[in-house]
Amino acid sequence: MMPGLMDIKCCDKCWNSSSKVCPESVECIKEGPLCHEDKDCGNARLSRVNEFLREDVAAPVIFVGTGTCGIGAGAGKTVQAVKAWIAEKKINASVVEVGCVGACFLEPLMDVQLPGRPRLSFSEVTEKNAAKILDSVMAGTVPAGNLIGQYDSPSGKLQPWPGVAPISSHPFFAKQTRWVLRNCGLIDPTSLDEYLAHGGYRAYTKVLRSMTPAEVCDQMEKSGLRGRGGGGFPTGRKWKVALNSPSEQKYMICNADEGDPGAFMDRAVIEGDPHRVIEGIAIAAYAIGASQAYFYIRAEYPLAIQRLRTAIAQARERGLLGRNIFDSGADLDIKIKMGAGAFVCGEETALMNSIEGRRGMPRPRPPYPAVSGLFGKPSAINNVETLANVPDIIWNGADWFSSIGTEGSKGTKVFALSGKVSHTGLVEVAMGTSLQDIIMEIGGGVPDGKAFKAVQIGGPSGGCIPSQHLDLEIDYESLKKFGAMMGSGGLVVMDEANCMVDVARFFMDFIQRESCGKCIPCREGTRRMLEILDAITTGRRDEKGHQSLERFKGVINLEQLGTVIKKTSLCGLGQTAPNPVLSTLRWFRDEYEAHVYERKCPAKQCKSLLAFSIDHEKCVGCGLCTKACPSDAILGAKKSPHHIVPERCIGCGSCMEACPIGAVSAE
Amino acid sequence: MISITVNGRAVEAEEGESILQAVRRAGISIPTLCYIDGLPPTGACRMCVVELEGDGRLVPSCSFPVAPGMKILTHSPSAISARKTIVELLLANHPDDCLYCARNGSCELQGYALELGVRQRRYSGSRNDWKMDQSSPAIVRDPDKCILCGKCVRVCEEIQGVACIDFIGRGSKAHIGTAFDEGLNVSSCINCGQCIKVCPTGALTEKSSIQKVMDALNDPTKTVVVQHAPSISVTIAEEFGMKPGIDAADVMTAALRRMGFDRVFDTSFSADLTIMEEASELVQRITKGGKLPMMTSCSPGWIKFVEQFYPQLLGNLSTCKSPQQMLGAVIKHYWAQREGIDPRNVFSVSIMPCTAKKFEAGRPEMLHDGIPDIDAVLTTRELAQVIKTFGLDLASMSGEPADTPFGDRSSAGKLFGASGGVMEAAVRTAHYLITGKELDLPRINAIRGLDGIKEASVNVAGTEVKVAVVSGLGNARKLLDQIVAGRNDLHFIEIMTCPGGCISGGGQPVHTDPEVLKARMQALYNIDKDATMRTSHSNPSIQRIYKEFLGEPGGHLSHELLHTHYAERDVLR
Repeated sequence: MMPGLMDIKCCDKCWNSSSKVCPESVECIKEGPLCHEDKDCGNARLSRVNEFLREDVAAPVIFVGTGTCGIGAGAGKTVQAVKAWIAEKKINASVVEVGCVGACFLEPLMDVQLPGRPRLSFSEVTEKNAAKILDSVMAGTVPAGNLIGQYDSPSGKLQPWPGVAPISSHPFFAKQTRWVLRNCGLIDPTSLDEYLAHGGYRAYTKVLRSMTPAEVCDQMEKSGLRGRGGGGFPTGRKWKVALNSPSEQKYMICNADEGDPGAFMDRAVIEGDPHRVIEGIAIAAYAIGASQAYFYIRAEYPLAIQRLRTAIAQARERGLLGRNIFDSGADLDIKIKMGAGAFVCGEETALMNSIEGRRGMPRPRPPYPAVSGLFGKPSAINNVETLANVPDIIWNGADWFSSIGTEGSKGTKVFALSGKVSHTGLVEVAMGTSLQDIIMEIGGGVPDGKAFKAVQIGGPSGGCIPSQHLDLEIDYESLKKFGAMMGSGGLVVMDEANCMVDVARFFMDFIQRESCGKCIPCREGTRRMLEILDAITTGRRDEKGHQSLERFKGVINLEQLGTVIKKTSLCGLGQTAPNPVLSTLRWFRDEYEAHVYERKCPAKQCKSLLAFSIDHEKCVGCGLCTKACPSDAILGAKKSPHHIVPERCIGCGSCMEACPIGAVSAE
Repeated sequence: MISITVNGRAVEAEEGESILQAVRRAGISIPTLCYIDGLPPTGACRMCVVELEGDGRLVPSCSFPVAPGMKILTHSPSAISARKTIVELLLANHPDDCLYCARNGSCELQGYALELGVRQRRYSGSRNDWKMDQSSPAIVRDPDKCILCGKCVRVCEEIQGVACIDFIGRGSKAHIGTAFDEGLNVSSCINCGQCIKVCPTGALTEKSSIQKVMDALNDPTKTVVVQHAPSISVTIAEEFGMKPGIDAADVMTAALRRMGFDRVFDTSFSADLTIMEEASELVQRITKGGKLPMMTSCSPGWIKFVEQFYPQLLGNLSTCKSPQQMLGAVIKHYWAQREGIDPRNVFSVSIMPCTAKKFEAGRPEMLHDGIPDIDAVLTTRELAQVIKTFGLDLASMSGEPADTPFGDRSSAGKLFGASGGVMEAAVRTAHYLITGKELDLPRINAIRGLDGIKEASVNVAGTEVKVAVVSGLGNARKLLDQIVAGRNDLHFIEIMTCPGGCISGGGQPVHTDPEVLKARMQALYNIDKDATMRTSHSNPSIQRIYKEFLGEPGGHLSHELLHTHYAERDVLR
C-alpha cells in the first residue's frame, strides 16, 4: 500500500501509525499538527496535502468526465483517444477519470492542467478532436472552439492563461452555490486521499472524538437541514427521535433509490464524490446510535455502485468503518443493497421491506421508521443529498449552513435541469433562488427561440409552475403553495410546444405503472385517471360506442377522484400521484377545456385530436403526401391540389412530414 | 385509559390501541376489507379512513393509534365519500356477475356497495382479465374477483406459516399468485382453505363436488353412503340462520336421508377407530421404543405441510389414516362385503369441515385394490347448499338416528372436531390400554380452548406422559423448530391445520369471529359432558368391528386398510 495522507508523520512527536491510530490524525492532515506546535511540521503536512489537492501539478494531467452521463456522451472513447495521444507523444502525463461537474450539455468534458498553469476545461471533446486540443494546449495556445474556461488559482501562484475567462464566470456556473457538488467532476472519486486532501472525514473523526450523539443531532437541527429526498422533514429532528428510541440495534439507511424521471443528482454525487456520502452516513449512524448502515441503491446505477464499493473498501481498510473506529468505541459497517428498480422502493417503508427481502410495498405510518423501522428496529433513513450535506455542517457549523437560504429552508439544493432548456445538467443553488435565475440564467433559457410555458418540479409527485410565476423563489413552502413540491429536485422545462394535458398524462402513466398495487385508491384510481386523460386526448374518430359519453363522465369525475386519491392513499407515492393532474388543471384549465369542449389540442401534441388539411393555394400536386398516407385518405390528380378525406384520416401526420412545401396544416 | 371524542361524544380508549378498536368497542361500525383481527394492520384497503376533526385529514383507523384528546368523525361527508369512491373503484374492475357468484349474498364488497348506496357504475374502463386457477383439487382461485386486500396472503404466511401465495406485478397489473404464477396444485399450498374464510369476495372458493354427488344420487346402480365429520353437526345450523353452537346431528341425518343417501354414518365412529389404532401405536412406541414424539395424522393440510417443510419428521407421524379415510376403507371393504354389495358400486361421500380433505381423498395412498376409500368430499358450505337445493328446512325437521353399524360413537370421537380433542380421546384410551382402568377425570382442561399451543402432562401408571396440542401451522412451526433443535421431552403431539381445529376448518361457514368459534367448541364440550359413552374403547360397535373383522388394533388387516406412510414432497416454496 502506498503511504497516503493518513500515514503522514511529521516528526517523532507524532505517534500515529496504522497499527495504533491517533484519533486526531484525520483532522491533523490539514489542520495539524494538533498535538504540538511546529511550523515546519505544518508545512510538511500541507505539501503532502497539496499533491492531492492538485492546485499545481508536476506533470500534465488530463481529466475526463466519465460519469454515466459522460460515458453516454462518448467520454469512454475520449479517454481512449487521450491515452493513445499520450502514448504516441511519449509524454509524462496522466489521465484522471472524474465524475460529472454537472454541465451535461457540454459533455464529453476534458480538463487539461499543465505544471504552473491553472486547469483548463473543454467541452464536447470526442475521440476526433481530443488530440488536436491537447496538441494545441501543449504548444501553449488555447483553442477557442471547445473552451469553457479556466479554473481559479486559490493561492494566486499559478500563471493564468491569457484571454481565457474564469470558469466561475460561465453563465452555467456563475449563479451556482456548489456545496454538495463541490468536489464533483474535480477530484478522482476512486482516491480516498483526494477526498482527505479536500478536508474529508475530519468532520466524522471530530464527531467521534469530541461530540455526543445528542450534540450532533442538536447541531443538525440548529442548521435547519431538511430532507432533500422529497418530504423536507428536519433531519436533526428525525435523528433525535431515532436516538431517543431505545434499542440494542438500530439502523442507518441511505436512500439512493432515485426514481423520479429526470432526476440524477444522487447518482452524480455518488459517482463523483462517494466518500462524502459515506462520511455523512457515518456521522448519522453515530448520531442515532446505529452500528449497521444500509445503502439502498438502484441496480440501474452500476457505476455508482462500483464507486461506492471501492470507497467503502477504502474506508474499511483505513479503519474509518469497522469496529471501534478511531478508538472511539463506535462500530459501523455499511452494506450495499441493490434495488430492482421499482419507483415505490424510494418510499422509506417500502424500501425497508425491500431490504428485509420482502416485496417493496409501503407500511402504514405510524409507527414511523425512527421508532420501528428496518427489522422492527429504530431506523433513520436519509437521502443521498441530505447526507452529503452533513460533513460540512459539522465542520463549518450550523450557523455557516443556515447563513444562506430562506426562513424555513436553509442551505442549497441540487436540481436536475432537463427538458426544453439550453443547459441541461445538475445545478446547485442557494435555497430561495428564483426559477427565473435557474432556468433563464443558469439554464440558458428555452432553446430555438420558443416561449417558456411551465416547469415541472418534483417529478411525478410534484406539480408545474407556469410562466407567470417564474419569479418564484424556490423553497419547500413556496412550492407547496403553488401546488408543487421540492421532491428530489427534478426540473423539467416545458415550452409552448408542450401540451399540458399530455404532460399530465405522461406522469399519470408513469405513476399507475409504478403503483405497487397495495392500496386501492392508488392502484385503481390512478388507472382510471389515466384512462380519463387518454379519453380527453383521443379524437372522435377513434372513439367507439358509448366512449364519448364515458369521456364526459370521466371529466366530471377527474378532480374528485384526484382529491380522494390524495387524501386516502397509503404512501407518499399515492398521496402525490394526482398532483400533475391537479396542478395542470389549476394553471392550464383552458387547455383541458380546449381538449374537452373543442376537441382540440392547442399545442398540437395530441395527434389524435388534430384535423389535417391541405392548403389548396399552396399545394402543387406532387403526390408525396398520397404516397406517405398509410390509410389512403388523400385524393387528388397529379399536379392539381390534393384533398384529405377526414373520415379516412387516422391522424398520423405522415402527410405533414412528407409535404416538401408545407401545404399540410393541422388544427 | 384515555379519553377521545368520536362524532362529538366522549369515548374511552386504551392507550396504544387503534382508532378502529376503540370505535368498534363503542358500538360504531367502520367498514374494513383488509383488516384481520389479531394480526398487525396493513392499511391496504383504506375503507376504514376516518376524519380527524380540525385538520380534516383522513387517517386509516385500523393502524392509527388513539391519542388523548383526539377528535374523530367516523362518518363525515369526506370519509363517506372516500369509502364510496373506493368501492366504486373496486367495482370498476370487478366482474358484474354477482348472480353467478358463490358469495352472492355473503360478499363483503357487495354488502358495502349496498350500504354506501352505490347505484351506478361511476368509473368505466378496462378490466383485468386473468385466468381462473382450477388446478387444485381443493381450492378455486378467480383473480378477476380479487380486490387485492391481501388477507389470503397474510393468513397463508402469518397464521399458517406456508406462504404459498403473494402479490405479483405492479400497479393495475398487480395480482395474487403462487411462485412463478403456477397453478395452486404444484405450489406449496396445503389446501387448508383458511384463505377462503378470509376472502371478502368470491375470489377464493372450494372446488365443488356437488354435481358429482348429485349424479351419484341419481344413479340407480350406486349405493350412496355418507359420513359426516365430528364438527359438522355443530356448524351446519349457522348456514340456516341459526345461532352458532347448536348441535344439529339428528336433523342433519334426517336431511341426508331425504336427499337420497342410502346410509348415513358418522365419522366420529371412525374417530373412535382412529383412537384405538393411534393409542395402541403410542403405547407401542413408548413401551417398545419407537420414534417420539408421535404426531397425529388426521389433518391432511398438516400432512402435506410435513411432507414439504419438515420431511425429517415424517417418521414421527402416526401411521394411522385419518378418520375420513378409515371409515371410507371399512365401508368399502367390510360393510360392503357384509351387505353383499360390490365395493365398486358403493359411492362414498364425506361431509367435511375441510377443503384439504378433498385433496386427501384423491391421494394415491388412499386407494385399495384400485378403489378409492372416498369418492367425493363436500364441505359444510356445500352440504348446506345441497340441502337448500332439495328444499329442506333444517329448522322444521325432526331428528333421526344415524345408521348402524357406523353411527355409534363415543363423545371422545366427537371431540375430534375441536383442537385438543384427539389428544383428550387418545389419553383416555391410552390410559385404559396401559392400566386397564379409566381416567378419574376424563376432561383435560389444559388442552381445551382456543390457544395455539397447549401443553399438559398426564400421569399414566406412574409415568408422566407429556403431550402438546397445536392448532394453526404457524404455531406448529414454532414447536417443530424446537423439536428439530433438539427438544425431546414430549411423547405425543396433536397438530391440527386450522386455528382452533376443525370447527374453524376451511370448509366451514365463513366466520372469523372468535366468539363464533368458542360457541362451536362449547357445543362439542357439552356433547361430551352429557354423554354416557365417553371413551372410544367403550364403543360397542368398535369392539364388534375388531371382533368380527379387524382382529386387534395394529393387527395385519388394520395395517392394510387403516394405516399408511407418507414421503417427502418436492414443491416450490
